[in-house]
Amino acid sequence: MAQPSRIIDKTAAELAADIREGRLTSVEVTTAFLDRIEAVDATVKAFLHVDREGALAAAREADAAIAADEEASPLAGVPVAVKDVVVTKGLPTTAASKILEGWIPPYDATIVERIKAARMPILGKTNMDEFAMGSSTEYSAYFKTRNPWDTGRIPGGSGGGSAAAVAAKMAPLAIGTDTGGSIRQPGAVTGTFGAKPTYGSNSRYGLIAFSSSLDTPGPVSRNALDAALLHEVISGHDPRDSTSIDAPVPPVAEAARLGASGDLTGVKLGVVKEFAEGAEAAEPGVIAAYEAGVEQLVKLGAEIVEVSCPSFTYALPTYYLIAPSEASSNLARYDGVRYGLRTGDDGKHSLEEVMSLTREAGFGPEVKRRIILGTYALSAGYVDAFYGKAQKVRTLIKRDFEAAFEQVDAIISPTTPFVAFKFGERTGDPYQMYLADLYTIPSNLYGGPGVSVPVGLADGMPVGLQVCGPVMGDDIAYRVAAALESTQDTPLADTAPELEGN
Amino acid sequence: MSTISREEVAHLARLARLEVTDDELDAFAGQLDVILESMKALAEVDTDDVQPTSHAVPLVNVFREDLPQPSLSREAALAGGPDTAEDRFRVPRILDEEA
Repeated sequence: MAQPSRIIDKTAAELAADIREGRLTSVEVTTAFLDRIEAVDATVKAFLHVDREGALAAAREADAAIAADEEASPLAGVPVAVKDVVVTKGLPTTAASKILEGWIPPYDATIVERIKAARMPILGKTNMDEFAMGSSTEYSAYFKTRNPWDTGRIPGGSGGGSAAAVAAKMAPLAIGTDTGGSIRQPGAVTGTFGAKPTYGSNSRYGLIAFSSSLDTPGPVSRNALDAALLHEVISGHDPRDSTSIDAPVPPVAEAARLGASGDLTGVKLGVVKEFAEGAEAAEPGVIAAYEAGVEQLVKLGAEIVEVSCPSFTYALPTYYLIAPSEASSNLARYDGVRYGLRTGDDGKHSLEEVMSLTREAGFGPEVKRRIILGTYALSAGYVDAFYGKAQKVRTLIKRDFEAAFEQVDAIISPTTPFVAFKFGERTGDPYQMYLADLYTIPSNLYGGPGVSVPVGLADGMPVGLQVCGPVMGDDIAYRVAAALESTQDTPLADTAPELEGN
Repeated sequence: MSTISREEVAHLARLARLEVTDDELDAFAGQLDVILESMKALAEVDTDDVQPTSHAVPLVNVFREDLPQPSLSREAALAGGPDTAEDRFRVPRILDEEA
């Protein structure tokens, strides 16, 4: 077990207090994480780009602001890593695609503006599956990210870089995005915490679009309170996002503190009958770790109620029609004209031919598969049977959630059916890869929040427990997750094997 | 009986402006067939009288005042383009030579 004497072992909340109260400076903290990146990222490969100079400049500004007694955010001076699907002014942003290699965005995403306003230094941009399409980060066009728990295994996806960076203590906090599970599933398989907020409560402005009716940015951390603090920094109404909800941010930090007291008396937790019936998809070790977690929640006073959500059985095919359809439209913008790659512009090829050659050269296999699938689902003669049908089933999935939340406060399940798999195990069979998101997809289709909290180990690899809440009920999910953490002597994230440093 | 043929995949790729290779066509046809096969399950769901959901949280008519807002400078907007000329994005020829 690591001694909590090192800066990198402290939680974000502890670091923020140390900086605020003068025990540490942001420059010291930021330097410690940059040095950790230098020491272990050659092994983990979580970062596509590290911005040492920019991070240290922001840290110096944070220190000056704190010294001048400026009103500081609760995370002032604490550094953060940002998934490469979020645009950052002046910092390379590729969404891990060759089609955007070398692109420097001319503006910041709203959530990045808020991170900067909170005086949080940005350490760099993290690796991911290309355009956030995948569950293993193996579809990054640049390189694979390794799971710090076992470097022969995947770190989950699409946000494998953010999760691995936090798991390997190269960053205390990170930003992810979740379209079908891309924050929660990497959290589960790396022993870290990840939250998908309510859709519309966190701005999509400046997220490179994958599936606009599902994409949601959120926090990645080692525990519920740290995530909640970052959640409150980035959350809230944004007039530049037409689907942004104009309502107060749920009090997630307060809920995490309440949960940490370890009392869930009177809280009703739903377990989905149809998930239990589909348990053959989940590994026995995952089920065992999850069930041990449920027992702990019961000991804290929670009541377990079985709920029926029959339409969840259809969530996977519904998602794999809606998400690729929206993606095929969103990715039409990569035409080799306004940004990124252009291939075949030799004076002989027409604009259309240059577009086709550019997209062939710039997109990887999973992106092409989904563009073709989406084009199929939206094409004349199929649109009603596929895309239209999926939108109707989406309504039924929403209704299942709404009916369940009349009976329970939150719904719990394993986060993902299997622990981190070995590289290459599922790339040959896309459908096997898609199963990773079996339990996370329903809440994306519904729009409600979901968090993944480390619950235990199966064969030495981390397992996550998912807590889903009602729309704008993010606080209950944080409360239950923090309560589960209170039953663990040592946070699971702190029990990862030490990495060999340089 | 497969759901999607190699020829259909080639047609869809053309519609999506993807110049796919023969090897990709072979791989994608088989993989898309498996995926589409799994989606046939949706046909068994009764969705008569069910309204489609296009967005997770329904919001309608989000307006703002029709006032000029700050925007990117021309230089910043053009900076990411692979080829620019005379303050514009330069594009390859749009019409075929025989046109």
